[in-house]
Amino acid sequence: MVKIMTQLMTEDGIRCDGRRLDELRNISIKVGVLKNADGSAYIEFGKNKILAGVFGPRDVHPKHMANPDSGILRCRYHMSPFSVTERKNPAPSRREIEISKVIKEALQPAVILKDYPRTVIDVFIEVLQADGGSRCAALDAAAVALADAGIPMRDLVSACAAGKVADRIVLDVNNEEDQEGQADMPVALMPNMGKITLLQLDGMLKPEEFKTCMQTALVGCKRVYEVQRKALMEKYFQNGEQ
Amino acid sequence: MMDVKRRYVIPGDVIATGPLRPEQNVYQDGDRMISTCVGISEIFENSVKVIPLTGGYMPKTNDLVIGKVIGTSPLSWEFDINSCFVGFLPAQDVFGRDYSPTKDELKQRLDIGDLVATRIANFDRSRDPLLTVQDRDLGKIESGELVTISPSKVPRLIGKRGSMIQTIEMATKAIITIGQNGWIVISCEDSEGLLKAVEAVKMIDALAHTPNLTERVKSMLGVSDGENNDTIND
Repeated sequence: MVKIMTQLMTEDGIRCDGRRLDELRNISIKVGVLKNADGSAYIEFGKNKILAGVFGPRDVHPKHMANPDSGILRCRYHMSPFSVTERKNPAPSRREIEISKVIKEALQPAVILKDYPRTVIDVFIEVLQADGGSRCAALDAAAVALADAGIPMRDLVSACAAGKVADRIVLDVNNEEDQEGQADMPVALMPNMGKITLLQLDGMLKPEEFKTCMQTALVGCKRVYEVQRKALMEKYFQNGEQ
Repeated sequence: MMDVKRRYVIPGDVIATGPLRPEQNVYQDGDRMISTCVGISEIFENSVKVIPLTGGYMPKTNDLVIGKVIGTSPLSWEFDINSCFVGFLPAQDVFGRDYSPTKDELKQRLDIGDLVATRIANFDRSRDPLLTVQDRDLGKIESGELVTISPSKVPRLIGKRGSMIQTIEMATKAIITIGQNGWIVISCEDSEGLLKAVEAVKMIDALAHTPNLTERVKSMLGVSDGENNDTIND
């Protein structure tokens, strides 16, 4: 165990990829990259490369899924066969089905579905390259794509993970830290409303550690929000001043 | 006293707090007015609204829309109106009250693929929008060029009290029918005028959020600044 710890972090808190404890990976978001989708976004979150496309509101097929009182949200998270080192079977795996579900549930409180009864909003997320924390990155891209599609939303959704690596709480866990570390906790936040829409925890944390981890993740979410905001502003207002 | 404050907003931005009335694209959370889309917020004396810069068309009663016939049933036509809902035009609206499915053939009047200028007679979200052609200037469109723009940019194309559209129509001598759903039919006897009008409409679609758009369109159309200035600066 000691050997792994020294690999993952130096004595003075520098992580395996050279980041500090509370440092995010580089994030860049491009809005409106797909012509045929109603809204789209491409995110590079460290080595993660993820595309998100939004279609709708549109007719629901199969028809029996339609809700006469409100719209429905469908979400598909998919990893390309070439997104990981060993070829991934393109059929949806157990993990992908789970992530699709949690992303849908993380976006649902933000989207105002009541305005579009009998319709569906489809969110397609394609992971082109995965490097730990892809569900958070996918969620960030999906939220921006929804805003790009003009779907009414109460707030954007920003997500970021925090975790415990070599007995210390770190922000934005990468692939190595996720594999070898002690805990990984993805959190999604609606930043203006201050509401959490996703909270998962893989690993074990003491109550105090959980609190610090949560605070760290929330700080990360707010930084991600700034990047999302900047990306949208760039697309629609060319960063012009009001 | 119309002091309008404008700001660029994205979903979740708090536009204002206080006792205001939330209008188009604004969501009320306690006393906070929150934008629900990417757009330009406007604060009036007692209300707030956001002009969207993206998004599809949501039908509204009394909107003039241009629809394309996509199907017929014994009693009605179905229209694609560039929205998530399909528009319905009852056969009686065209044939009159003594319409009988056995006697009259719907496809003789409007066939699949035809473009029709219609008005939304009724829409309440629980049912599909009901269309009508019982009005002046409504009915089948026989000729013209169809241009599709983003529905959120239609107000910009029309301009304040129709100033923008008047500018284009005067400069090109084209007749432009604007559907609120973002479908626009331009007809012009002069082919050069037609091309210019199409170009102007596409330009407005691309540059809708930029200031001084009227000036840019004018210079593109080659209209001198002195002309009909009064209609633009009001």
